[in-house]
Amino acid sequence: MALAAALAGCGDRPPAVPTLNWYVFAEPSGAYAEAARRCSEGSGGDYRVVMQPLPADADRQREQLVRRLAAGDDAIDIIGMDVIWTPEFAAAGWLLPWPEDLARRAREGRIGATVDSARWDGRLWGAPFTTNIQLLWYRSDRVQDPPATWEAMIDEAERIGEKGRIQVQGARYEGLTVLFVSLLASAGGAVLTDDGQAPALPDGPTRRALAVMRRLARSPATGPGLATAREDQTRLAFQAGGSSFMVNYTYVWPSARADAPELARHMAWARWPAVEPERPSRVAIGGINLGVGAFSRHPDLALRAAACIAGADNQRIAAERGGLPPTTAALYDEPAVRATFPFADLLRATLRDAVQRPRTPLYNDVSLAISRTLHPMSAIEPERDLARLRDAVGRALRSQGLM
Amino acid sequence: MIDRRDPAEERLGWLLCLPSVMAMLLVTGYPILYAVWLSLFRYDLRFPDQRAFVGLANYASVLTSELWWESLFNTLIITLGSVALELVLGMLLALVMHRVLFLRRTVRASVLVPYAIITVVAALAWKFAFDPVTGFVDPWFGVERAWLAERWSAFLVIILTEVWKTTPFMALLLLAGLTLVPQDLLDAARVDGANAVQRFFRVTLPLMKNAVLVALLFRTLDAFRLFDTVFVQTRGAQGTETVSIVGYHTLVTRLNLGLGAAVSVLIFACVVAIAVLFVRGFGASFTTEEHR
Repeated sequence: MALAAALAGCGDRPPAVPTLNWYVFAEPSGAYAEAARRCSEGSGGDYRVVMQPLPADADRQREQLVRRLAAGDDAIDIIGMDVIWTPEFAAAGWLLPWPEDLARRAREGRIGATVDSARWDGRLWGAPFTTNIQLLWYRSDRVQDPPATWEAMIDEAERIGEKGRIQVQGARYEGLTVLFVSLLASAGGAVLTDDGQAPALPDGPTRRALAVMRRLARSPATGPGLATAREDQTRLAFQAGGSSFMVNYTYVWPSARADAPELARHMAWARWPAVEPERPSRVAIGGINLGVGAFSRHPDLALRAAACIAGADNQRIAAERGGLPPTTAALYDEPAVRATFPFADLLRATLRDAVQRPRTPLYNDVSLAISRTLHPMSAIEPERDLARLRDAVGRALRSQGLM
Repeated sequence: MIDRRDPAEERLGWLLCLPSVMAMLLVTGYPILYAVWLSLFRYDLRFPDQRAFVGLANYASVLTSELWWESLFNTLIITLGSVALELVLGMLLALVMHRVLFLRRTVRASVLVPYAIITVVAALAWKFAFDPVTGFVDPWFGVERAWLAERWSAFLVIILTEVWKTTPFMALLLLAGLTLVPQDLLDAARVDGANAVQRFFRVTLPLMKNAVLVALLFRTLDAFRLFDTVFVQTRGAQGTETVSIVGYHTLVTRLNLGLGAAVSVLIFACVVAIAVLFVRGFGASFTTEEHR
């Protein structure tokens, strides 16, 4: 049978089912592959989605995609886009804007910040699929009440002493930008002006954010490993048991339950710490939006397939199987999703207050400017670095200099 | 050597090498000129509409960047460190290969093994060796240290990788130089009462000066363009970026063709400067006849 089908496919007529290539990071649980399979089957033979795995590291994903897109690769149909790529890809003309009817469907019921992450220049360039945001994780056997602010957390950690360590991402990479953007937004500031054309970095909030970073890096609660710590190093360090606090994404929860079940029983969660006591924290949002490549040979099918993959059913699978938080708000009320995320309400509330990383086609340069200027955190001098940061971000926005 | 050639023969010579000259111009001349041309434009693949002629502005932008000077400094550290070590070790290896009486072919072949290994593989092997979790270096020295997480220790690992990998090449070039030293001169020096050290520094070394300079030139040019080892081991973090890594990031990550081309042209200019320094400054020569 299969042979007959294959032979039929090689006949005079072109193959009946168009293939859509979905470039996305190699999601390890198979939840994305399952979504691709379900949509292909559900299309009634209109299309077949084939996953093209991208590297695990976000920088290398982007590197491969931009190289192909800049060359007008017509084999890219659907793109699993990191939220920070939207302005860059859209402004470069590498994406198709979503037509209004599909865009309405993509916005429907979704958490506002996830839709904002797919928007640029008044249009929607992707369907929000899965999202991601950091929470505060702490040891309930050592800490009574989770600290509300960074200052309080550092005090508490120093009080606990040797086992009071705080795990934060301080390596020179995107994670450091996420930390700074979140601290700055929590202090009431922003990196760019509203039009995205110039650095904002208001005096007060920027100084506050930098002061928190400096105090954190110089506190005995963080070690020399801070300058090279990424998400996974901090996760492993927390699982090793010598730490009491960590800011990290939700994947650390299933991971701790699987790898360190003893420790997971004492692992609790809370809102990412605030900078000012009266102002709730605002954390930088992550996640994957599904865009359609501008050079795709099957743009209409690709839009349809992207909308299908990003649908609520597939988000549910991604949540249950892959531990990836959904973008559709109502899913957080479903028992199955709540079983995966016992912190579902906290997660949804954090997402609703989320902040976008700087919205500019030059985001990659701006992010490099931030992480380079502020690394290592222990060397931050708030007064001096406020000026350096403004200068570096300004140069990045003008495409000047090297990074 | 033939000093004067028959003009017809000379013409034939040029004709015979014309195809390869054309091929070289096509594959090297064209990209170089195109890079120079691109470096005069503001040209970012993300903003193709904003392409504009900007003259030397890209060069000004690169040369006023802290990062360019930092990476140039890094490149020079790695180049000087690795080439100096390679020269000493390569000379020792060359002497061993020259003098060895038994298993000569085995010795010469085994010395070449590191050079035959792909750079990326070698870089990964050294990275794993110095890894605090999987590596064997830390237990050997009884330390606990993330070598590649700090600037100077990362330089050390990078330099050692380079030295391990290319010393055989250096040794081979030096061995060729050693074979040029006539044995009767050494014997005469010995009769005159020169000891081994004196014979090496007064007779052998001056006679193989050209071989040494050519070996140094090749390796310096190579080391200056270092990319793969650094890319694999640190990706340029911890302040270990070389100029080639900076060029790669500008071109491939930022898609800024104008600025990236300016970096490439500047690297090219540095390489030319090194070559000129060796040929003019130290009198390196690719023929041995002139000094006879």
